[in-house]
Amino acid sequence: MSRFLDTFFKWPVFERYLPAILKGMAVTIEIAVLVVIAGILLGLALAVVRAFRLRAINVLIIVFVDTFRALPPLVLILLVYFGLPNVGINVPSFAVLWLVLSLVLAAFAEEIFWAGILSIPKGQWEAARSTGLSHLATLAHVVLPQAVRLAVPPLTNRTIAITKNTALGTVIGVGEILNQATAAQSFSGNATPLMMGAVAYLMLFVPVVVLGRFLETRFAWRRV
Amino acid sequence: MQALAEQFFNLAIMRQALPLILAGLGQTAVICLIVVPLGLAGGLAVALISLSRLRAVRWAAVAAIDFFRAIPPLVLLIFVYSGLPFAGIRMSPLAAVAIAFLLNNSSYYGEIFRAGIESVGSGQWDAARSTGLRAWQALAYVVLPQAVRNVLPDLVSNTVEVVKLTSIASVVALPELLYSADMARSVTFNSSPIVLAAAIYLALLWPIVRLISRLERRIAA
Repeated sequence: MSRFLDTFFKWPVFERYLPAILKGMAVTIEIAVLVVIAGILLGLALAVVRAFRLRAINVLIIVFVDTFRALPPLVLILLVYFGLPNVGINVPSFAVLWLVLSLVLAAFAEEIFWAGILSIPKGQWEAARSTGLSHLATLAHVVLPQAVRLAVPPLTNRTIAITKNTALGTVIGVGEILNQATAAQSFSGNATPLMMGAVAYLMLFVPVVVLGRFLETRFAWRRV
Repeated sequence: MQALAEQFFNLAIMRQALPLILAGLGQTAVICLIVVPLGLAGGLAVALISLSRLRAVRWAAVAAIDFFRAIPPLVLLIFVYSGLPFAGIRMSPLAAVAIAFLLNNSSYYGEIFRAGIESVGSGQWDAARSTGLRAWQALAYVVLPQAVRNVLPDLVSNTVEVVKLTSIASVVALPELLYSADMARSVTFNSSPIVLAAAIYLALLWPIVRLISRLERRIAA
């Protein structure tokens, strides 16, 4: 028991590396917030563009969405991080992580918003258009408000899953929680920092997971 | 343009890296064959526990599910692989991946199975039991087949996520698809091997992603 405590809950190690873990938390929060904003806005924008049903553009959107849904984020991160410098484009690792995760979230968000838009019965479109609303106005005032409500629960869960991927940043040296924790672990030769990192993630994500659970029952998506 | 093609689509380097990458693909297949069935079995167990009649058991299951949904899988994997040895528990990368994925996947599959089982009316249970079926028979022959059909898109989509997630095994030096490609990249200073690996992931998963979109739309409609 004391060996266990000494390995995972060693007070001096905890005290020493607390600032590093807190710094990591700040970085994780920063990336997560930026990813959520960029990803959801881009996803919504793509879904709106897709609703105009312009064939050539929609093919491009579908290719983008499918690609980013099918590829593991870590593959994309390594591809961008190691590939771009070799063709003369230097991007800091923080920006690479943000860019890749935002695009992945945008792809999933587009799919979810689009499913929401499709689930609005055609009669709503026709009724709105017949009152003289333009296509865009119908979309903005009639269809989207309903579609977005349907999208909330699946989007919340997907967003949580993707923001958790900020931990992948450690592979390219972004100083987020996991990165700080593994560095501290190898300096101290003790597993306490890893435990601290795990607790830090729990503190950040348990509230969001519980919120997601609440939204799921609240907005009950496609209960058959 | 020339530099871009050289850097990302260098066929000579791709050909050179191909044997290594195919070996990696084999490892990825092995990982999938281990973690997907384990996750499904664990998920079913978690779902049944979370539908228990005892409130305390139910709450414990929900707490465990949320715990593992809140921890990034990579954190879990690194904890198992490089944290536990400090406590004297040492294991191979493959065993670490299997354990970390079991913990993580059981929560996700568990939530899906639970939703599926809940979507089957309780009358089905009662009817099945009243014909003389035992509880496990009612579950296996009556409730589960309907439950699985109701949540099939979610099951398939989660399985795609699991297959994608096996790429994090590269972080603990398990020579799967991404690890092999990254090895080839670091030897050749060229990103083409990773593009090749990406193409393989895409070829395997794109058809399934398309299928999921279809399935989801049919249910939404």
